[in-house]
Amino acid sequence: MAFNLEEVRPSRPSLPPTAEADAPAQSAIRAYLLSRGNSAVSDAAFRWLMLLSGLSIFAIIGIIAGELIAGSRLTLAKFGLHFFFGTAWDPVSGHYGALPFIYGTLVSSLIALIIAVPLSIGLAIFLTEMCPKPLRGPLSFLTELLAAIPSVVYGLWAIFVLAPILRDHVNPVLIHLLGWTGLFAKPNFGIGMLAAGVILAIMILPIISSLTREVMISVPRSQREAVLALGATRWEMIRMGVLRNARIGIVGAIILGLGRALGETMAVTMVIGNRPDIVKNLLSPAYSMASVLANEFTEAADSTYLSALVEIGLALFIITILVNALARLLVWAVTRGAPARAS
Amino acid sequence: MPSRYQPSALHRFRRIAANQLASALAIASTVIVVAPLVAIFAYLLFKGASSLNLAFFTQTPKPVGEPGGGMANAIVGSGILLALASAIGVPIGIGGGIYLAEFGRGTRLANFIRFTADVLNGVPSIVMGIAIYALVVLPQKHFSAFAGGVALGIMMVPTITRTTEEMLLMVPHSVREAALGLGVPNWRSVLSITLKTASPGVITGCMLAFARVAGETAPLLFTALGNEFWSTSLGEPIAALPLQIYVYAISPYNEWHRLAWAGALVLILLIVLSVALVRYVTTRGVLKGTA
Repeated sequence: MAFNLEEVRPSRPSLPPTAEADAPAQSAIRAYLLSRGNSAVSDAAFRWLMLLSGLSIFAIIGIIAGELIAGSRLTLAKFGLHFFFGTAWDPVSGHYGALPFIYGTLVSSLIALIIAVPLSIGLAIFLTEMCPKPLRGPLSFLTELLAAIPSVVYGLWAIFVLAPILRDHVNPVLIHLLGWTGLFAKPNFGIGMLAAGVILAIMILPIISSLTREVMISVPRSQREAVLALGATRWEMIRMGVLRNARIGIVGAIILGLGRALGETMAVTMVIGNRPDIVKNLLSPAYSMASVLANEFTEAADSTYLSALVEIGLALFIITILVNALARLLVWAVTRGAPARAS
Repeated sequence: MPSRYQPSALHRFRRIAANQLASALAIASTVIVVAPLVAIFAYLLFKGASSLNLAFFTQTPKPVGEPGGGMANAIVGSGILLALASAIGVPIGIGGGIYLAEFGRGTRLANFIRFTADVLNGVPSIVMGIAIYALVVLPQKHFSAFAGGVALGIMMVPTITRTTEEMLLMVPHSVREAALGLGVPNWRSVLSITLKTASPGVITGCMLAFARVAGETAPLLFTALGNEFWSTSLGEPIAALPLQIYVYAISPYNEWHRLAWAGALVLILLIVLSVALVRYVTTRGVLKGTA
């Protein structure tokens, strides 16, 4: 949601500029009133309480990181970096290699991005630049709704509707047309890497498209008008006036979608097939980092097994934090300071 | 003398064609995005409504093979978990939002908190589950509703913090100054004047966070664990609607699949209702009148 602050508070008192002109919260009147009262103790206590609440965000991140590192120190010490390159996952004989899961997570997220990115940018273009006004509200509400559906319900739908459709109608065509690439081959179960990628695509669509919309809206109207005034068609206006200005923010939105796809658990667990193999065939069952946690965490009997799983969680945590931080910085770089436009 | 550029007919045709093609693609992608949503909802309504009956809301799960049974314990369990999560997440989240908007505005610390909240929002829920498992379940040595509530509660914090801040920023300065001018202490002015003015938006944020964690399954897998029987104790494993849907969906029994669909419909209705309520509240918010 982008709000135009200047519009909402037009009545800033026009006092002579103070030394604290940078901090808009402290007008001269306010500073005077604050220093006058005799409720200094309760005010200070309140302020500290609120600061504590704000700092709890750091505490949460810190606790998560601390617990994950503490929980995985056994395998961290034992396997080191080899943990992430080992391909054998065999808890019975004590072999722990996380590569099949990393591979599954990356490939399924990549499939999701390939499907979701063009669609969500198309949707964002339609909603911001082309959509007739009466349709805009309901359509954006619908896409918001898509974001509100719980992961487990997507999984349920994917098992009973999406996987059979893929198995009976889509996969045979893919095998026939693109079988020579080696990416699509029998056995065709319906569930597998491709099904996971498709359901992930549906799930990250609303995130990417709503952020892309936000970024596109923050491109000033004058840019569009300038391009149109030079005689551009609407598509040329969108391409040169809007997309070119918003591209960093759109990349940020895509990376944010990637972050969501990497950590998505339930829906993927339900359709990816849960087999720790690295195969080229996208129709065969695979496994992902999040789904191995969901499936095996409560069954982990010995401490090395548990530690190996926690280390996968730690890797997932670090990856998603980096991906999200990068995405946020990119989105901020575009939307910060840009005047919000009433949409 | 300025040169005159005369575009050829072919060139013009190509530009117009590109324009039409782009429009068609944008419309097509909108249709493709809306289609699965409609498909999911239609199928859910069709499958869920036909499986929904009174027993679903009043009975506990039956053993495999016996027909009937319901998810009464899971519905109550979800309620308990969400109440606990809200009790933890809402005050901390709103407090953080108040700090960002009222005290820390423009400071480096506030920017950093805001950024961290956004990043925390993207941390996978299953990772939260593992952390809470290590923090709460391991020392207690058993799964419990309390651990599930904590996991969901801390997931609510970043969302609520950010929306509360955004809403408080919209409150005009004159309102705060009027309160302070009447001699109201600052803490009172923040709680009774600023927060109250922004309350529709703040409630929106809380409801959105609520709707998000209401459907979470992954963090409950190793904290609340799930329960086939009645349990309302915070110290025992507890059933939850999303967990029950998951367990039933991956089971091989048709009867359980039926119940999973019914459960999914109930869960979605719960979430859609709260989101719709939120939209209703925000579109007729108090804030519009003050601007």
